[in-house]
Amino acid sequence: MSIKVKFFARMRDEAGIDSGEVEYVDSLSLEAIWTQLVKESSYPESVMVAVNMEYISGEPTLKDGDEIAFFPPVTGG
Amino acid sequence: MLIEIREEAFDVFGALERYQSDFEHKGKFGATASFIGTMRDFNEGDNVKSMTLEYYPGMTEKHLQKICDEAYQRWSIIDLLLLHRVGKVNIGEPIVLVSIWTAHRGDAFDACRFVMEDLKSKAPFWKKEELSDGERWVESNTSGYSEK
Repeated sequence: MSIKVKFFARMRDEAGIDSGEVEYVDSLSLEAIWTQLVKESSYPESVMVAVNMEYISGEPTLKDGDEIAFFPPVTGG
Repeated sequence: MLIEIREEAFDVFGALERYQSDFEHKGKFGATASFIGTMRDFNEGDNVKSMTLEYYPGMTEKHLQKICDEAYQRWSIIDLLLLHRVGKVNIGEPIVLVSIWTAHRGDAFDACRFVMEDLKSKAPFWKKEELSDGERWVESNTSGYSEK
């Protein structure tokens, strides 16, 4: 099963890509998802993660077609 | 309630006037609290020339709606207007407008502050500043309560 991955702001710069897809297997960690797509930099410490546009904390359980996003702390307003 | 992401500069007072002129609530509200965030020409000791605001289409709107829904649950809000810029923002241009109409001032002040603080700490927007010698991502927002 496949999941969509998006990168925003500084995380997009670090990843060198703005999106990608990974084949997801049960209990694939966030770090492993990042590493499958990003070769140039290791999994960042201060990353925020959303699944299907909702914040998550900890490791998610994903299903086919889910969208996961990696981004830095927000700075709007 | 109206929540909008704006890709072009907007006139905050014109937007407020237009929004309020269509109101069905005349006579119901006695208080309006508005917060306007504006683009500065300095940050962290450096001159800033302009800024680009990025967002996560879909999630940003969803999160702003969630913040405003929570404000409606916590306070007696009659109406709410939230406009937020994205794209290239020049010095002096508004970045955000939050206006809240209530019967009494306490709810208006408290709800307006709540929406702004939640937006600053959780809504998916990211600022990149253009300086005279390059550009940089803004790493974090200041706490809205630490400078009291």
